[in-house]
Amino acid sequence: MFYPLQLLADYLVYDIFKILPTNHLGLAINFFIYDSLKIIILLLVINFFMAIVRYYLPVEKLRNFLASRKWFGFDYFLGSFFGTITPFCSCSSIPLFIGFLEAGIPLGVTMSFLITSPLVNQMAVVLFAGLFGWKITIFYVISAILLGVVGGFIIGNLKLEKYVADYVWQIKSRKIKIEQKKETWQKLLKIFWQESWVFTKKIIWYVFIGIGAGAIIHSFVPVGFFEHYITSKNFFAVPIATILAVPLYANIVGVIPIIESLVEKGIPIGTAMAFMMATVGLSLPEALILKRVMKIKLLVYFFGITTINIIIIGYLFNIFVK
Amino acid sequence: MNIKILGSGCQNCQKLENNVKKALEELDLKANVEKITDIVEIMKYDVMSMPALVIDEKLFFSGKVGEIKEIKEILQGQDLEEKELETKNGGCGCCGCDHC
Repeated sequence: MFYPLQLLADYLVYDIFKILPTNHLGLAINFFIYDSLKIIILLLVINFFMAIVRYYLPVEKLRNFLASRKWFGFDYFLGSFFGTITPFCSCSSIPLFIGFLEAGIPLGVTMSFLITSPLVNQMAVVLFAGLFGWKITIFYVISAILLGVVGGFIIGNLKLEKYVADYVWQIKSRKIKIEQKKETWQKLLKIFWQESWVFTKKIIWYVFIGIGAGAIIHSFVPVGFFEHYITSKNFFAVPIATILAVPLYANIVGVIPIIESLVEKGIPIGTAMAFMMATVGLSLPEALILKRVMKIKLLVYFFGITTINIIIIGYLFNIFVK
Repeated sequence: MNIKILGSGCQNCQKLENNVKKALEELDLKANVEKITDIVEIMKYDVMSMPALVIDEKLFFSGKVGEIKEIKEILQGQDLEEKELETKNGGCGCCGCDHC
């Protein structure tokens, strides 16, 4: 499907810039051009579709759906799943947290949403599929949902409601409707397209930096280089990678291309995946923000349980995904 | 007009405020622009994605910065409504007659 892009990249690098295909720099530039073009096109398409989804299903609507009835456990899955289709921004995590609880959604389900939300979004899925292929993408999305479901379920059953900051329970919001005027479909298409462009533009630098770093690793680091340091035989590689990643923070879109190159050079996929999930899903800035609505104990449970689950997922990936 | 920008002080909230101010300037409208950063206050509007735009206690959008053009359209709409209200409430004083 992306064959013409490869032709274009080859043409630019080998014919216009006159760099030989055997040259490392040439390879890096070729890789960079091809991957960037491919990913930008994919991002524009997927962001367009997600703009449509968000227009008809804003997070407020999803929340009301979750709060509308008793789900008998299925709500953990729904919470997690809604987390995957909602764009995550750390400045929204507090209003989301309060908004969910205020609507009567259980704490555990709210946590399911919060755990999964940063790990999966449409742009991450596109990058993943473009760089790793669909099989690993599906495994990844399923693991991220599982992570949210299991984490939320444990927190829900530990009865930690008393460790939510007290003022949160006092907040009462009045229900107001968003003033949305009827638009013609031409106007809507334009709105969706603009939104797609805005979203893509926002992350484009992360993508370039990520792909750039990926291209350098791809072309200059010999295959098997990392195996000297991190191998699947080193039993503790997964927990070490996970714990190292917790204080780090990066946008998922920037991390994926780097992870892809690392995997290609011999880092086991589960170890890389655990590192990535911990980088985007758990971070100090996020903890500081959430501290405003959670008491320390809840925060510790949240981070502790998620860390352990990420480590388990890392091992599972190492064992089952080749 | 009373404009409120709801947001926890992140970059996007700043951008929305700037866009609103620019839109007001371009339309040559006067309004009271207020930034709401207190989470308790924000949650009263039942918004979960930041930033959000509230004009005269009506929520127009949330979770996006909003282009100047879009904000202008909203402002114009609100301005018109306000003027209509004034007319209904008796006299805008524009022509000197006693029923306009």
